Amino acid sequence: MKSRTGLRWLVPFLAAAPLAFAATAQAQKTELLVYTALETDQIKAYEDAFTKAHPNIGIKWVRDSTGVITAKLLAEKANPQADLVVGVSASSLAVFENEGMLQPYAPKGLDKISPAYRDPKNPPSWVGMDVYGSAICFNTVEAAKLGLPKPQTWKDLTDPVYKGKIVMPNPASSGTGYLDVAAWIQMWGEAEAWKYMDALHQNIAQYQHSGSKPCRQAGAGEFPIGLTFEYRAVTTKKSGAPIDIIFPTEGLGWDLESSGIMKNTKKLEAARTLMDWLATPQAMELYAKNFAVVAMPGIAKPLDYVPADYEKRLSKNDFAWSAKNRDKILAEWTKRYDAKSEKK
Amino acid sequence: MHWHDRLAQGLLFACCAALALFLIGPLLMIFVKSVQDKDGVYVGLVHFREYFATPELQQSIRNTLFVATVVTMVTVPLAFTFAYALTRSCMPGKGTFRVIALTPILAPSLMAAISFIQWFGTQGLLKGLLAGASVYGAIGIILSSIYATFPHALMIVLTSLLLADGRLYEAAEALRTPMLRRFFTITLPGAKYGLVSATMVVFSYTVSDFGIPKVIGGNYNVLAVDIFKQVIGQQNFNKGAVVSLVLLAPVLLAFIVDWFMRRRLQAQFSSRAVPYVPRRSPGFDRAMLVFCSAVSVFMLAVLGMAVYTSFIKLWPYDLSFSLRHYVYGLIDAGVIVDYFNSLKMAFYTALFGTLFIFAMAYLLEKTRGMATLKAAVRLVVTIPMAVPGLVLGLGYIFFFNHPDNPLNGIYGTMAILVLSTVVHYYTSSHMTAVTALKALDDEFESVSASLKVPFYRTFFRVTLPVSLPAVLDIGRYLFVNGMVTISAVVFLYAPDTRPASVAILNMDEAGEIGAAAGMATLIVASSTAVCVLYAIVTRYLLRRTQAWRAAPRP
Repeated sequence: MKSRTGLRWLVPFLAAAPLAFAATAQAQKTELLVYTALETDQIKAYEDAFTKAHPNIGIKWVRDSTGVITAKLLAEKANPQADLVVGVSASSLAVFENEGMLQPYAPKGLDKISPAYRDPKNPPSWVGMDVYGSAICFNTVEAAKLGLPKPQTWKDLTDPVYKGKIVMPNPASSGTGYLDVAAWIQMWGEAEAWKYMDALHQNIAQYQHSGSKPCRQAGAGEFPIGLTFEYRAVTTKKSGAPIDIIFPTEGLGWDLESSGIMKNTKKLEAARTLMDWLATPQAMELYAKNFAVVAMPGIAKPLDYVPADYEKRLSKNDFAWSAKNRDKILAEWTKRYDAKSEKK
Repeated sequence: MHWHDRLAQGLLFACCAALALFLIGPLLMIFVKSVQDKDGVYVGLVHFREYFATPELQQSIRNTLFVATVVTMVTVPLAFTFAYALTRSCMPGKGTFRVIALTPILAPSLMAAISFIQWFGTQGLLKGLLAGASVYGAIGIILSSIYATFPHALMIVLTSLLLADGRLYEAAEALRTPMLRRFFTITLPGAKYGLVSATMVVFSYTVSDFGIPKVIGGNYNVLAVDIFKQVIGQQNFNKGAVVSLVLLAPVLLAFIVDWFMRRRLQAQFSSRAVPYVPRRSPGFDRAMLVFCSAVSVFMLAVLGMAVYTSFIKLWPYDLSFSLRHYVYGLIDAGVIVDYFNSLKMAFYTALFGTLFIFAMAYLLEKTRGMATLKAAVRLVVTIPMAVPGLVLGLGYIFFFNHPDNPLNGIYGTMAILVLSTVVHYYTSSHMTAVTALKALDDEFESVSASLKVPFYRTFFRVTLPVSLPAVLDIGRYLFVNGMVTISAVVFLYAPDTRPASVAILNMDEAGEIGAAAGMATLIVASSTAVCVLYAIVTRYLLRRTQAWRAAPRP
């Protein structure tokens, strides 16, 4: 009996919850559900600018790391929820394209986008926004304590002096890790690239499941050297961490933040409006605040800590090749380094 | 058969149907996916063969078993000693110790791992204690898991020790039975069921938690992280399904042990039982005080480091006080909304979960008939503890996002988050409910039945009030776990229902340790606040319903 009166105070809460949901539902205009791997601060800037230009379209974001978003989209393949994918790696979009999940569309102003930074087919299934590439974070304070020289190239990292001092993203769980591996193989050929990774493996302290974390760990002095991508390297340095950012001279692995429309979207018109906007110079200027290379030539401005010739340092990257060989490369990588990753 | 019995059976049947839908259905989809290729074509055991052919599996299995065994062997005796001190000694500060010991449950498991890195990592203050060994790997996983599992074990053992019959001890005293003998002949057998449950829970928790090894495991592979790599890294759902099936083996073992124990178990708490009241014993009390203080310092050091990390500018180079992780990392980044989602989700989980779980346990333990169905259900409810949340979440996607499933409307709603969380934490709550119910004499039911009192009246008049401590514990357990659960919901949240724990995962993955620790601090603070509120609101109820326990001794 006591318990019944005891629960009565819950009633208003239970009654109010559905009302709250209903209220948000009523205020809607056309609302697009967008899956993204963009950083939260970027999302805010892009959304503000877009909704100012198109007040009748709202955006709901599902944000997660590239790996999680990709897994989520593939898992939902039978009954997709998203209307668009925005700011996800081109390698992932190439996988979606192979699975027939994307709806090709040529946004207005497509001719102004650099051909290297979009799906080569016509109309394209995905269009790039900006380039992110590999970088190395090097903690100068800890390096001085340990007497480590500053590496300049990928090959420098195999020097035994760095044994147990390097962290790198695991390519099997991180897109950033995979872009490094894909770049090494495309630059040097299979045989040499695997030989290099064998040597590098001797120096790796840990393989991380994220592309940002190695740089954060370098910034916090947990491990003096972390393989990462340049956006995270720059933000870590700006937060005050004592790091130098190194762009290995042989060539940088890279990928594109890109966007595409899901095949089954019921809000095609609004989705196309957003795709159009993502390819405008106005949007590109926003990307340029965070990235040194954007898909539309002539817009990018020099960024702090990123060299002016950054774009020239990118290695050749064939997304179709990279998507097609992904399973094979990862299986080989896992066989070589994961099984014996616990070294004694 | 009387209509009361029919009603009870109908309810039991409805509860079973719900379990089948929200536990068995999604898990079956995992089985199905494990024998299909990416396009849903049946391929037989190809994935299994491929997977078992890789040496990494054997290593992962060995690592997983090693870590889980060590954690269990340390945590269960620790928790037992702690519970023993709380129930059998007259040391001061029992209430405080109990609260401190339960704090780990308020924090996401990731927080423990973050904290241990701060203490013992390359830049850690206590790095020297490890004598050159790295905290990344088995050591870190074991330490963090002990911290995270301790309150889970403590809750179960405490429940069984609290229900001891004081008359047995009086009799022992009258017969001048030595202390040690009393311990082995009264205390230990009385707590046996709780100990077995605690062992099971700790072992399974350690085996299936992916947050801790992910953050602090380094290159030390365990099965839960293997699933993470397969699913998140390679989007290989089918192989992820295979690894998750390998993880189900321990639960089968646990069930067999549980089943054998249950055969031997007699109800210890008869309708004439008297609560045990400890006597003073200076030496023993002091020893217990020292032990509990040591454990509490350990607990507070972990929590304290996380809170500290959230308030400093830049670890380890600029240790000045700063709110920047809260202001920029949480509020400006818009992550704070997730925190309110978590509050809502945890509330619904506690409310509906407690109702369902306790009702189900009652129907299982205290109603008559349907023995076969009950045996099956007892097996089924042990499953969630061994199912990694990641796998359960995937199962939910496969099952509820299937276009042919009439229930696919719940996909992307708060409801699916609540359901998956209730299911995910089902086993431990169920154990608590059963341990409490087991300790009640079946005489209550037989007397009611012979007086033709309907079972639900007995339930509301006797069983529920008597079991109120356990019921409240379940409610609180579900609430705080609802606040911290990550893995089951990481695939299930929608834009307007993203929970705080997922936000922490994202921030940790991005290396935003300060903001992640900040969110964890918020979670701990609000769970603490809710627990305090809960304690105040329920104090009145407890006093009314448990007065007989504290009845003056003759």
